[in-house]
Amino acid sequence: MKIPFSYTWRSLWARRLTTALTLTGLTLVAFVFAAVLMLSRGVENTMIETGSPDNAIILRKSATSELVSQIDRDHANIMKTFPEVALLPDGKPFASTETFVVINMRKKGSNDMGNISVRGVSPEAMELRPQVSLKEGRWFTFGTQEIVIGTSINEQFQNASIGDRIAFGGTFWTIVGVVDGQGSAFDSEVWGDANQIMAAFNRPVYSIVLIRLRSAEEFDALKLRIEQDPRTSYTEVKREQVFYREQSQALSGFIKGLGLVVTIIFSIGAMIGAMITMYAAVANRTREIGTLRALGFRRRSVLGAFLIESILLSLIGGTFGVALASFMSLVKISTTNFGTFSELAFGFALAPDIIVSTLIFAVVMGVVGGFLPAVRASRLNILAALRSA
Amino acid sequence: MIEVRNVSKSYRRDSLRVPVLNNITISVPDGEFLALMGPSGSGKTTLLNLIAGIDRPDDGSIEVNGTNVAALSESALAQWRANNVGFIFQFYNLLPVLTAFENVELPLLLTNLPKKKRREHVEAALTLVGLADRMGHYPKQLSGGQEQRVAIARALVTDPTVLVADEPTGDLDRVSAGEVMTLLDRLNKEFKKTIVMVTHDPRAAEKAHKVMHLDKGELT
Repeated sequence: MKIPFSYTWRSLWARRLTTALTLTGLTLVAFVFAAVLMLSRGVENTMIETGSPDNAIILRKSATSELVSQIDRDHANIMKTFPEVALLPDGKPFASTETFVVINMRKKGSNDMGNISVRGVSPEAMELRPQVSLKEGRWFTFGTQEIVIGTSINEQFQNASIGDRIAFGGTFWTIVGVVDGQGSAFDSEVWGDANQIMAAFNRPVYSIVLIRLRSAEEFDALKLRIEQDPRTSYTEVKREQVFYREQSQALSGFIKGLGLVVTIIFSIGAMIGAMITMYAAVANRTREIGTLRALGFRRRSVLGAFLIESILLSLIGGTFGVALASFMSLVKISTTNFGTFSELAFGFALAPDIIVSTLIFAVVMGVVGGFLPAVRASRLNILAALRSA
Repeated sequence: MIEVRNVSKSYRRDSLRVPVLNNITISVPDGEFLALMGPSGSGKTTLLNLIAGIDRPDDGSIEVNGTNVAALSESALAQWRANNVGFIFQFYNLLPVLTAFENVELPLLLTNLPKKKRREHVEAALTLVGLADRMGHYPKQLSGGQEQRVAIARALVTDPTVLVADEPTGDLDRVSAGEVMTLLDRLNKEFKKTIVMVTHDPRAAEKAHKVMHLDKGELT
């Protein structure tokens, strides 16, 4: 028979200060653990939301990002005519030939330089990316040196408001609108006319071709056609979401890897803290343990009671940690995406699996920290325990 | 019936072997109230612990109602204690985070009794020791005498074969000690409980039917 739960629960709160201090340590570790996972998830979400399921992106083979991809104008036009590409009502291919360059702007506050992605687009680009909508001002006019900027750039960089003129590519560009990418990477981009931007940067080639498939199932057929046509075989096609997910892997993997290593080191400290607390609990309650054993409770009941006490402690810490981390979803940060070398703004994203992972991690801390003290409690000699003061 | 036959026990203290009990043989019939007296270190508590099954003899046998206690495995011995022994300690040994009711209920958790029956037993035991109105009190809210009476309720709630009491009045003032001894006397006379008690207190020993003296591990 088990030692009553009320004994375990109340014993935990009988020594408030040590319990509170240990809880603080466990809470902080669980908080860091959850925050790291949330940050990594935030990067992934930002990049995945950047893509649409029935869009496909064509880049030069082995190009790891839009920045290093090059596609010849003629070949891009050929690909737009492939039968797998959807058509607009006016019969034009539903595709955008785009160029991608990086410029520098000064950040607000720190005055540091940050890299900004500039995307030159075709008129079809807005319809291909329905998640991008105008928030303020108006869209740029094709054939002019007007641009629109994402909300993150508007919030985080200097001279990034409607009416401001910014210099790049040897000329001035007027900001005429702010667009909302709904948390996607487009929030961190500048958009303008592809032809104007290519002319300014003296680039004769596109970076990518973005197309809308007739249906999502046409992807394999398009892939085969591009591979088999000698004019286009130097390129490769990817589903847009897959491409952006790959773009996020380096950064999210780095955040997760580094973050988890740091968390594990912290957790060793927290586990030692929990272990000391539980050893102290065993030492303080030696006579109680002796009494329970004399009354007929078995060793495994004592082991279970102390282990449950430690797990309870860590589970409470885990819950507090997750609760604290949930406030981080209000925070938005910006850093350089390794995939594009430009600024990417993203938030902390909390998800049910992150809560579960954090609580499991907390339980593991509780088991590891509480096991040895619990074994010690269960192995106490009854007589020696009863004699202790 | 408790039969202690040719029991010897010694402890190791560093490299020394210290004999505590030397070839002790006693017999305690059912319903007996036995007091064990003797100077400190005479082995009386060791004998009590052996009878209660929380220690094992080096030699000899201890039978309680036909069960050879010394031959039981660790877990079987724990179960045997739960069914057959009621403990009364000098310092009461109540669990401080549990109420009087919960402390008394503890040994019943080792039985298969349903919750309702457990409640009835606990209330009966606490009523018997005169603390029916203190069930929800924590040990620190009780006086020493009341704590010991809760401990006695805990000891008798499972209706054990034998009550073992180690200096039950050792930590009490005279009035409380008198109340506790009156209670033990009543348990013995009215409820026919077999009691083995270790005490230094001659007034406590007066209540016993039989007093045995130990000195240097031998009966005198």
